[in-house]
Amino acid sequence: MSAFSAIIGQTVKASFRAGGGALTGLLFFLTVVTVFPFGVGPDLNLLARIGPAVLWIGVLLSLLLGLDRLFGQDREDGALELIMVSGEPLALFVFARAAGYWLAHGLPIVVVAPILGLILNLDALSLAAVTATLLVGSPALAMIGAVGGALTAGLARGGMLAAILVLPLSIPVLIFGVAAVNGAIADPDPFLAPFLILCAFTMFSAVLAPIAGAAALRLGLD
Amino acid sequence: MAQNSFPSPISVNAEDLACERGGRPIFEGVSFSLSGGEVLAIIGPNGTGKSSLLRMIAGLLFPVAGSVTIKAGTQEEGFLHFLAYGDGLRSVFTVEENLKLWSRIYGGETGGEAIYDALEEVGLAHAMHLPARALSTGQRRRAGLARLVLSKRPVWLLDEPTSGLDRDGEAVLGGLMRTHLDAGGAIIAATHLTLPVPPTRTLELQ
Repeated sequence: MSAFSAIIGQTVKASFRAGGGALTGLLFFLTVVTVFPFGVGPDLNLLARIGPAVLWIGVLLSLLLGLDRLFGQDREDGALELIMVSGEPLALFVFARAAGYWLAHGLPIVVVAPILGLILNLDALSLAAVTATLLVGSPALAMIGAVGGALTAGLARGGMLAAILVLPLSIPVLIFGVAAVNGAIADPDPFLAPFLILCAFTMFSAVLAPIAGAAALRLGLD
Repeated sequence: MAQNSFPSPISVNAEDLACERGGRPIFEGVSFSLSGGEVLAIIGPNGTGKSSLLRMIAGLLFPVAGSVTIKAGTQEEGFLHFLAYGDGLRSVFTVEENLKLWSRIYGGETGGEAIYDALEEVGLAHAMHLPARALSTGQRRRAGLARLVLSKRPVWLLDEPTSGLDRDGEAVLGGLMRTHLDAGGAIIAATHLTLPVPPTRTLELQ
């Protein structure tokens, strides 16, 4: 357990050090979301309608930014080998890295999202729904992202490939995230069902992604 | 250090190991056995698979044939140390932070004082609060040695342990190796240079 918390702590700390990328991810999110009102124009109703989706896509994209660093450095500096030799389960290491990645890259974005929602003309209910869905859904994005990061850890400029691999797998999370928000706003649509499926995605990916990521890392080492 | 500080007898057995890299056979039929208090030196020219053999023993590489059995008691947290070119030092962290992380993962001592003592033993105490990126090659090696000091593990796998070390560094390495052997530990080192401690067994790859 000490090893587990140590890796989470290291991941979070490294993300906020020079070149760590947590702040870059946050700024990227701010930029992407801010660009939308300029592109869409001054139609407030349209903005309010697409706002939740814009925030979700912003989170999805900015969580892709740090994937190449997630395990790439471990491959380069030999840390991955030392982890494997230590006898700690590799899947636990992947889970800890992904959890740390979410704490440093995902959580700050979730906190900022409702503030940015204001410039997309979202009302209070939409803001609350977006924040809630992002809070339970974005960990799934980090977990799925970790598999992509693990697969491309040994490659030069693997970040782009990781993004291409991860995006299609993230689509279900995006669909149910936005569906839950719409369910909260528009009356006939259900909120609870897509929201619970979103929770299930996060739990599923928290179990499966570390196993897949560990297999990918082991394969890449040979 | 007290005699036999490792609770149960240590043995490393390799039987008929074969290695392939990129579809090309590197070595085959490699067998050896080693017990506590012994040093095995794996020697041979470049490209004969010294590092591959070491990685196989560490479980990082699967043998095409044969098997490795390591018995070192019931320690659940693992019983190997691996010292190679990749030292796992993250450049944005200080030497102390790096060592503390590895100590926590390897179940070793994590106190600031223990880390200072370990660094003093390898002659790197002055660099404790420096970021790892400021270290030279030899200093990184010494930091790697401090990792071995902090968490006690019965079997050490060393890949070219003397590379990058100056004469004083080699003496430090020799001292650590002797202490480890006196405590009943075993060492397997791949090298094309002379080890500071004379090996009890030698395995030549060609």
